[in-house]
Amino acid sequence: MEWESVIGLEIHAQLSTRTKIFSGASTAYGAPPNTQACAVDLGLPGVLPVLNEQAMRFAVKLGLALEAEIAPRSVFARKNYFYPDLPKGYQISQYELPVVGNGHLDIELDDGTPRRIGVTRAHLEEDAGKSLHEGFESMSGIDLNRAGTPLLEIVSEPDLRTAAEAVAYMKKLHSMVRYLGICDGNMQEGSFRCDANVSVRPKGQSELGTRAELKNLNSFRFVERAINYEIERQIELIEDGGTVVQETRLYDADRHETRSMRTKEEANDYRYFPDPDLLPLEVTAELVDEIRATMPELPDAKRDRFEREYGLSRYDAGVLTASRETADFFERTVAAAGGEAKLAANWVMGDFSAALNRDGLEIGASPVSPEHLGGMLQRIQDGTISGKIAKEVFEGMWAGEGGADEIIDKRGLRQVTDTGAIEAMVDDVIAANPDQVAQYRGGKDKLMGFFVGQVMKASKGKANPQQVNEILKRKLDG
Amino acid sequence: MHEKTIAELAAGLAAGTFSSLELTRSCLERIERLNPELNAVVTVDAEGALEAARRADERRANGESGPLLGVPVLHKDIFCTRGMRTSCGSRMLDSFVAPYDAHVVERLREAGAVTLGKTNMDEFAMGSSNETSFYGPARNPWDADAVPGGSSGGSAAAVAARLAPAATGTDTGGSIRQPAAMCGISGLKPTYGRVSRYGMIAFASSLDQGGPMARSAEDLALLLEGMAGFDWRDSTSVDRAVPRYVEGLDGPLDGLRIGLPREYFGDGLDGTVAAALDAAIEEYRRLGAQVREVSLPNTHLAVPVYYVIAPAEASSNLARYDGVRFGYRCENPRDLEDMYKRSRGEGFGAEVKRRIMVGTYALSAGYYDAYYLKAQQVRRLIRDDFLKAFEEVDVIMGPTAPTAAFNIGEKTADPVQMYLSDVYTLAVNLAGLPALSIPAGQANGRPVGLQIIGSYFDEGRLLNAAHRFQQATDWHAAVPGGFE
Repeated sequence: MEWESVIGLEIHAQLSTRTKIFSGASTAYGAPPNTQACAVDLGLPGVLPVLNEQAMRFAVKLGLALEAEIAPRSVFARKNYFYPDLPKGYQISQYELPVVGNGHLDIELDDGTPRRIGVTRAHLEEDAGKSLHEGFESMSGIDLNRAGTPLLEIVSEPDLRTAAEAVAYMKKLHSMVRYLGICDGNMQEGSFRCDANVSVRPKGQSELGTRAELKNLNSFRFVERAINYEIERQIELIEDGGTVVQETRLYDADRHETRSMRTKEEANDYRYFPDPDLLPLEVTAELVDEIRATMPELPDAKRDRFEREYGLSRYDAGVLTASRETADFFERTVAAAGGEAKLAANWVMGDFSAALNRDGLEIGASPVSPEHLGGMLQRIQDGTISGKIAKEVFEGMWAGEGGADEIIDKRGLRQVTDTGAIEAMVDDVIAANPDQVAQYRGGKDKLMGFFVGQVMKASKGKANPQQVNEILKRKLDG
Repeated sequence: MHEKTIAELAAGLAAGTFSSLELTRSCLERIERLNPELNAVVTVDAEGALEAARRADERRANGESGPLLGVPVLHKDIFCTRGMRTSCGSRMLDSFVAPYDAHVVERLREAGAVTLGKTNMDEFAMGSSNETSFYGPARNPWDADAVPGGSSGGSAAAVAARLAPAATGTDTGGSIRQPAAMCGISGLKPTYGRVSRYGMIAFASSLDQGGPMARSAEDLALLLEGMAGFDWRDSTSVDRAVPRYVEGLDGPLDGLRIGLPREYFGDGLDGTVAAALDAAIEEYRRLGAQVREVSLPNTHLAVPVYYVIAPAEASSNLARYDGVRFGYRCENPRDLEDMYKRSRGEGFGAEVKRRIMVGTYALSAGYYDAYYLKAQQVRRLIRDDFLKAFEEVDVIMGPTAPTAAFNIGEKTADPVQMYLSDVYTLAVNLAGLPALSIPAGQANGRPVGLQIIGSYFDEGRLLNAAHRFQQATDWHAAVPGGFE
């Protein structure tokens, strides 16, 4: 039988507000345990939550980017359950009335096929703390620094059909939240987390199969692997005569498998009810307009503009706009290079990206600024250096030796364009290689490369290759 | 000094007749001498009080003034006080010392009030007799066999016994008004949102409201001015100017339209209480008011609705008492579940556990719509009853409680009988309205309270009506025997 898998993703994006969603404590990552938890985060008696306005604005931003409904009135609810790292014994979340309603995200598959993925909702909620089980003899430690960190849970429709689609959706959303500046997207630190609902059904059947919820998918690679594993597991199970049960399964990256965490019967009854400590969240049309006016150019629009404005291929435009930082770097490079867009694109996607990868750096930490890179491209363009010499100049800039002009001067890399000097070198090469000259003149055209090489070697790579070619050709053919 | 009201004390302090230090010493002395039989005060902070009194005297010497500057007060032990135990009447918080002051405490400190200590209360404010307190019941100064009412029973008993001129209370279903009535003092539950709930330990968040308890309406006005006002830390606090309540106290009552809900004067109201109320209403007629009957047809639903909503919110509000971060933790837990179960099982008393169970049930999957949601719908009907009545009348008057103070132990065996002692006060919380109780007579030697209910933010009118009554009568000045 042919099977079809049905996937929906729940993504938790940690909002990059300075303070927590309901308190004034800092959200900075990595502080010593319990140093960033105030009385509200600790759930001490008598304290009350106050909504962080910035978190609400960030949620609206995402809603606008997803062309979603923004609820004029949404409600915070309490999700009640006991857990040591959940200080109040309930999590404040949005349940029946989320701030962001129906929207969608357009993705493009590797083969260029576009797909529109529905987004059911996005709601604001607070994160829990962390339980630490190592280093405490027969006890557990609780770190509440993360408690109260604002999260936006973004729930997709079950519109995804393959693990690859799921990853494409997740990557696009990841790019989106970073474009919007609402989430740093750091997956190692848990700023962007994913749960996946996976089910399978016979191809052609409209009814959905029973789903399993996969937890702990904290990288794009794990999402793909876990979903593929789960799809295979479910198909095998059904084909062997079994049935899929509704349950939560944990992905174990080391063993590359998913295993049952709890079944539906074991699930908590969360006893949701509207939080009486918080008024309904009102988002006026004026506020939505105000936020809309602050929206940055989004990835799709930027990609279209790059194609149009810079004459780039769709592929190149896509690569350069995948992250806002790369796109910004590119545009600043173009500006500094005096409009050399294609050259800039080649360098940003080529040597520059390679150097970042080699040194494991984020673009923000690049030792070469767009202004430096653009300055160097100008020197290629005006013939001061060749493309080959540019690689050496680039490495110099990367090593912190200064701007292109400085390095060119210091290392004496300026291209030799003095015709007389090149002619002298050409004459020397011709004189030193009589056999090759004879062969060339006898019809062995391929030897031109040899002569060029010899002249370039003599000039230490600095002779203008175009001029060398011309002069050689004139002298040999003449 | 102990017989004086705040207004009188303020005059004495301003004139230099006595200092805050002398006044505070006098209160501490009375607490030391009289509290053992009353059990109204559970924590006394003599050192802190004397220090605060000295500071108040200094402030006055530096030219500051104000009606509360140097005036001693007690706080219900539900208000967090920095550095001083806040137990909420529970074993669970017997060792809890808050690192912050409640907004109410902070405001009164700023106004120069001197915190003497904390008063006894029903555990987590769940009770109508002060009998659910971990520290044992407070006694009614009018009769040591009688309860002081609850949950702010310690505050009411302390003020009635002249241990302090005033105390704070909280009112979720009548917890200021009912003990005020039973102890023969004045108590005001403000409009929901008028007084910040920050630092006030939550029982039922949508119903809880802090307010003043004192011996006259004038004192309530002075205290409310000191307590009320917007606080950004409480999202349900209302940003609305606080009137000078004192300035409106003397206004004439000519033409004041008083509504008497027929549902408040039917079966279940004790005859002697009814007779006392009749006389009080007659007094209002003499003062120029017009009295008419009104109807609040959904009154009979207030008790069932309240006992769904309040426990539901409480079941969630009290989830934080899990033994993990603060408060009571059982000895030698075997594992996490054992720690949860025994810490909560041993830390909470029977009434609190009963309400957590009821509330958990009401919010459970499959029951939520039938109980919690339905209760919220009926809550709106109850509020609409009041709004409709206020189209015809300015204030609503009736009994605060169906009987005068009952005896200790009389109703503990039957929770429903206990719940019915709040039958006239619960609806006000469900509607979020302001209401006060003032002494209006006696039944068999025990005080009877008159409840006056107003429209939203109409505290000024309530205080005016109460003050004029107290100008014309002296029920509020009656002192329980042995506490003169």
